[in-house]
Amino acid sequence: MKTLNQMRIGKKARIVAVGGEGALRDRLLDMGLTPHTQVMIRKVAPMGDPIELMLRGYELTLRVDDAKNIVVEED
Amino acid sequence: MVFALVGNQNSGKTTLFNQLTGSNQHVGNFPGVTVERKDGVIRGQKDATVVDLPGIYSLSPYTSEEIVTREFILKHHPDGIINIVDAMNIERNLYLSMQLIELGVPMVIALNMMDEMRSNGGTVKISQLSEELGVPVVPISAAKNEGIDELIARAIKTAERKQLPKRQDFCSGAVHRTIHSIAHLVEDHAERIGFPMRFVATKLVEGDAPIEEALHLSDNEKDMIGHSITEMERELGTDKKAALADMRYSFIDKLCADCVVKPKESREHIRSVHIDNVLTNKYLAIPVFLLIMLIIFWLTFGVIGSFLSDLLARGIDAVTGVVSAGLTAYGINPVVHSLIIDGAFAGVGSVLSFIPTIVVLFFFLSLLEDSGYMARVAFVMDKLLRKIGLSGRSFVPMLIGFGCSVPAIMATRTLSSERDRRMTIMLTPFMSCSAKLPIYGMFTMAFFPKYRALVMIGLYVLGMIIGIIVGLVLKKTAFRGNPVPFVMELPNYRLPSPKSVCLLLWDKAKDFLTRAFTIIFVATLIIWFFQTFDFRFNVVQNSADSMLAGIGRFISPIFAPLGFADWRASTALITGFSAKEAVISTFAVLTGASTANLPQALASIFTPLAASAFLVFTLLYTPCVAAISAVKREMNSGKAAALVAVFQSVVAWLVACGVYQIGALFIH
Repeated sequence: MKTLNQMRIGKKARIVAVGGEGALRDRLLDMGLTPHTQVMIRKVAPMGDPIELMLRGYELTLRVDDAKNIVVEED
Repeated sequence: MVFALVGNQNSGKTTLFNQLTGSNQHVGNFPGVTVERKDGVIRGQKDATVVDLPGIYSLSPYTSEEIVTREFILKHHPDGIINIVDAMNIERNLYLSMQLIELGVPMVIALNMMDEMRSNGGTVKISQLSEELGVPVVPISAAKNEGIDELIARAIKTAERKQLPKRQDFCSGAVHRTIHSIAHLVEDHAERIGFPMRFVATKLVEGDAPIEEALHLSDNEKDMIGHSITEMERELGTDKKAALADMRYSFIDKLCADCVVKPKESREHIRSVHIDNVLTNKYLAIPVFLLIMLIIFWLTFGVIGSFLSDLLARGIDAVTGVVSAGLTAYGINPVVHSLIIDGAFAGVGSVLSFIPTIVVLFFFLSLLEDSGYMARVAFVMDKLLRKIGLSGRSFVPMLIGFGCSVPAIMATRTLSSERDRRMTIMLTPFMSCSAKLPIYGMFTMAFFPKYRALVMIGLYVLGMIIGIIVGLVLKKTAFRGNPVPFVMELPNYRLPSPKSVCLLLWDKAKDFLTRAFTIIFVATLIIWFFQTFDFRFNVVQNSADSMLAGIGRFISPIFAPLGFADWRASTALITGFSAKEAVISTFAVLTGASTANLPQALASIFTPLAASAFLVFTLLYTPCVAAISAVKREMNSGKAAALVAVFQSVVAWLVACGVYQIGALFIH
């Protein structure tokens, strides 16, 4: 088990749980980061934060601090 | 008949809106918030209007965009919803559709980007999708204007027949049971306030506070609801919000497996990845961004903008000359002559000179936004702005501020959160605009001939530092609360549609012109009035006798701690409110000096230290009337605009005072 920010670029994983609370967590769930969804880190911004990931056929960017709340299991 | 157009960001909503309405649009704000509201008459249907609601991903109660959308549908009861869904991104788009269906309003899904879908080898079983969702689905391509007529016909028919979504129940098991038991419990409450029962029940399960409040539930009912939710959470082993998101996405996943043959990886996406290999590359991203901005600035303020401005200025001069000669030949009263030529024509002329800059700048900005590059800039620059409580999205508007505050403030419209929009507007004027350059130029020539460049750079940097400090203070005070989460989609790069770009340019120019001929025009006339008359309403022969100079004398003691209590300095600062360029010309008029000997004249007014304080004050004090009226428009409040003007002036006074007093310590 890892959190999303610990994943290597290009590696695929499945979401196990989305932690955190409030508006941010709700937004992550709304954007489709639900358990069992496959995700892949595509890129890290030049200054090391935020990160870009690929899920459900589209690309999403979120901050490293927020990615720490997302538990994943590598495929 | 009123239709609400609802959909995700980047789903082609604006393009569809433009196709539905043509140029027949009205742009305004929703009451109380700075969320843009556009409506227009649907082409060929003079009784049907469509309201373009903000792009959202869910009907949750967090951002003002989501709240505005909910309230519009719940309280204004549109006759129908047109829900635009991006076929290339169908899963996430349908998540919103499932919540819209619960609102119990006749609804049509416009399945957009079908051209892209087909050309990449994908297909959608339209009739099956429509069957399973219980709402009509019309395949369209907004960009290519395909399927729009069918969409209009279908939407009108659905609304006329008041054909509600056929299905609202998409779940089973514990979630299903909980929603039903809660729906049963709150049925009367929902009916009383006219909210759709199913929507209310689902939102209660999600723990939606505003809905709970609107229903006026008794404590007993709240307990029962809480109890069923706890039951459900225990049975599913997850929390309520995750349970509902999971329920919706599970249904969508199954639906898409049945109805959608996804293309492998679309050409558009592959192209996007290639472009991003350069534009968001670890080493190239920032240099390329700076290069792009530099080219835009150069073209706007250097090449195209100045060419158009010159052309416009020459045109205005020619017309002014003809009118002036005509009036003189007619033998008109010299005061009326001055009112028309020095007041009206000069005022309108100075305002019109903004137009080429605004149009050219917005041309480039809309290319950046519509192509998808703006989202990448936010991605690359986010870390820099996060410390002051903003996101990368605010970077470009602030950067534009170095050119001109007016389009910079207008550009905040594209920010996706109201809080960020307000805060960015407050910080943008700290970026020194190009109209202040002549002031810096003249003063550095007069006082610091050896260090001109250094002083100018110092001023720009000081503006940014003060902006950062103000940002940090605002973050801790006025904008405390939680910032909107920075979870942003990076859409595929696209070619911007010429129609959308043209409509935006027209909209921005019209917007500015309306203000130019109201607030800005009146403000320049007032300044003309004060400049032309003395307190006995005689026309002044010497500008030193004018009311403006009188006001300048009256307020000049305020600037004593800053080292320049001279009335000419305060008068110049007042005229700077109409346009910053006016500061230097006022000095020239009041000292009677020509451009060549203005530096000596200034040296007789200021000591070098007082000149530094004056420069700092002009750097920071209230932006010009055009910028303030843009603030009023974008913040949707005259009070907020006045507050910005006063706030900036106070900050300017404090910093300039600090510079003068601390400097004085070193000199003695």
